[in-house]
Amino acid sequence: MKRIITLLSMLLIISCKEEEPKPLQIYKAEEVSIKSYDFSGLDYLLKKENDTTYVVNFWATWCVPCVEELPNFEKLNAAYKDKKVKVVLVSIDFPKMVESKLLPFVKKHNLKSEVVHLNDPDANSWINKVDSSWSGAIPATVIYRKDKRNFYEKSFTFEELEKEVNKIL
Amino acid sequence: MKTTIKIFAFILLAGLASAFTYKTTVAAGYKVGDIATDFSLKNIDNKKVSLKDFKNAKGYIVIFTCNHCPYAQAYEDRIVALDKKYKKMGYPVIAINPNNPEKQKDDSFELMKVKAKEKGFTFPYLLDEGQKIYPQYGATKTPHVYILQKTSNGNVVKYIGAIDDNYSDEKAIKTKYAENALDALLKNKEVSVKETKAIGCSIKA
Repeated sequence: MKRIITLLSMLLIISCKEEEPKPLQIYKAEEVSIKSYDFSGLDYLLKKENDTTYVVNFWATWCVPCVEELPNFEKLNAAYKDKKVKVVLVSIDFPKMVESKLLPFVKKHNLKSEVVHLNDPDANSWINKVDSSWSGAIPATVIYRKDKRNFYEKSFTFEELEKEVNKIL
Repeated sequence: MKTTIKIFAFILLAGLASAFTYKTTVAAGYKVGDIATDFSLKNIDNKKVSLKDFKNAKGYIVIFTCNHCPYAQAYEDRIVALDKKYKKMGYPVIAINPNNPEKQKDDSFELMKVKAKEKGFTFPYLLDEGQKIYPQYGATKTPHVYILQKTSNGNVVKYIGAIDDNYSDEKAIKTKYAENALDALLKNKEVSVKETKAIGCSIKA
């Protein structure tokens, strides 16, 4: 009986602690490691409660305007590190292209921002959860810190990105 | 002099007021229930095509799609299947490339012809030359579907959005949104899911 209680209370403690979601898969190639989540796992990145300003950008290697604006996000991530700004690049590349396209892309461009992968084909079920105004087109970006949140369905120049981040900082 | 300043100040204020657009702006384009515009766009055989050319149609499956977008490519076979199934029931597919080939050279008119031949398109594949049609519809990406029903008032928008709920695995599809909408229309029933959202490539203006 005692053992059962101990076991149960252990389980309770474990389940109560805010845990990092389990990725569906982790893709690796040399130094590059990318966690792939379904939306319920990714949602964790959109609801953090700490003091960091998160800049979450939805992109894909095949999306030309997305790729064009990546350097601006990288620049922001480097320049604002000490201001508690964190860029997260969420790739929605097709799962079957992660190894052939995404991993090599991240390595070639030496991306320093955190790159994660979203694998959840039923987009209609989660697009509105990111933002109800989002049509589903990429690039799209969420900038938030705790309860302050803005969503953008557009491409950014560095100056524009900086300006929007400063609104939340 | 004073009046001029007052007028100037008023104009300035009015200008500033309109500069601050609301965050929740009403999206441009059609809503379900709106009457959709017809058009006259160039097909890959160089002939112009309009919705009114289809005299016996009961409606249309207007799909904004393109050559290069991986999401559009994932749906090509399914778009052909939709046409094969519903054209004979009165709902032909009309595909429109909304992109500006100058901004996206893979979506050129010549490559549209190549695509249509490779994938065996059984429907018109039109270029939205001048990009005047897609903004009226409110298409924001490819692929983007607008199912229209012919009525005495015009072509009414009955469904907007995705073809189904799984772009990558046809066997894992749970809901075929477009087919469900078409089946309802053919039975003169209300479309139950009128609007859905999907990921796609933004339109290159």
